[in-house]
Amino acid sequence: MHVLKQPHDDGSEPNPDARAGDIPAKLGRAIVITSGKGGVGKTTTTANLGTALAARGARVALVDADVGLRNLDIVLGLESRVKYHVLDVLDEQVTLDEALVRDKHNETLFLLAAAQSREKDEVDTQKMRDMIHALRERFDYVLIDCPAGIELGFKNAVAGAQEAIVVCTPEVSAVRDVDRVVGLLGNAFRPQLIVNRLRPAMVKKGKMLSVEDVNAILRLPLLGVIADEPEIIITTNKGEPLARSRDGATASAYHAIAARIAGEDVPAPAPEEAKESFFGKLGSIFGGKR
Amino acid sequence: MIDFFKKLFGQSDSSSTAKERLRLVLMTDHLALAPEIIEQMKRDLIDVISRYVEVDRDKVEVNFEREDRALAMLANIPIVAVNRPKGGDGHAAPAPQPAEAAVAAAPSTASQSIADEAPATAAPGAPPKRRRRKKSQNTASQKPATAH
Repeated sequence: MHVLKQPHDDGSEPNPDARAGDIPAKLGRAIVITSGKGGVGKTTTTANLGTALAARGARVALVDADVGLRNLDIVLGLESRVKYHVLDVLDEQVTLDEALVRDKHNETLFLLAAAQSREKDEVDTQKMRDMIHALRERFDYVLIDCPAGIELGFKNAVAGAQEAIVVCTPEVSAVRDVDRVVGLLGNAFRPQLIVNRLRPAMVKKGKMLSVEDVNAILRLPLLGVIADEPEIIITTNKGEPLARSRDGATASAYHAIAARIAGEDVPAPAPEEAKESFFGKLGSIFGGKR
Repeated sequence: MIDFFKKLFGQSDSSSTAKERLRLVLMTDHLALAPEIIEQMKRDLIDVISRYVEVDRDKVEVNFEREDRALAMLANIPIVAVNRPKGGDGHAAPAPQPAEAAVAAAPSTASQSIADEAPATAAPGAPPKRRRRKKSQNTASQKPATAH
């Protein structure tokens, strides 16, 4: 039933009395997940980190800021539950509570979907900032899935955030774009890096940039490394984020990243053995430059 | 032969190629200077140094390297001969300061006609490895001019 709900009385202020009992003592953390380049796994990362953080008992809101190209709902398997979206809230057609969709499996995980049939430039940056603030009042974490690009959609996604996680694949194009995005973000967002879709076997053979190679250029605090595993595709097919389970290296990697985000001193990520084999060394000696 | 060994030992260069390409592209991204401007800067640099010493223009190398998220400009300027200032063009005083780095970057102590034997220790044709930072600058790389 699509009943238009009453707008907030005073226009811009978020509705403070909704679910008042659940308001955390302090504001939650709003973290934008961005990359510049498309297709590096921002949405999958957002879905899995949200799932992993919620599994720790935290209250998590996932915001799909990719207006016009809604995807986070389908990765989470919540597409059939979405009734309202970000723009409905910004336009004060519905309240946040009406627009937030609770996850099927996790009581403390919520999604605020993007509008599918609207344009990015319809988003009012200040309203977006206010909305994220309202979410911070009642969630421990607000993860914002940023659209690709560095235009208005990026600026709106970043508007309410205080922190940034940049997702980078070990490819020249992705590294270059992350470099650009980090330059745009500046130091205020204290960007941290997730290297996604790493193939350790290829790295070993010198056919893929290693985490060290990527971060020799980006020089960001490394939050974690996610290998390029077929199970990620399979779980996305099903709409069940991998981090819903704790089995397997990749799921563990997401949970470890979540723990690091929460401030736990989880051992530093050890993604691969960077050591060269004896023959590899021999090859590089014969080859001169590498 | 080399390729054979590389294949045999499973050594491939494509990640190294990726690194080098990234290094170059990011350098230009951060500089936000057109290649022509960089060439012009190189020519100007040589002109200034040439007032004090004779340099081998063809072997001058100007590169940019990253240090953390900042850029450094590295110049390698082989000196062919030391020109005693003629004192004609308003540079009467020897004023060694501006040329200091260039002198230090010379392949050997500057003396007449030593240029050809100077790079003996380096790879054939390649300029000597020794370089000295000419200028370190924290460019607009942290926040490009177009930010926000």
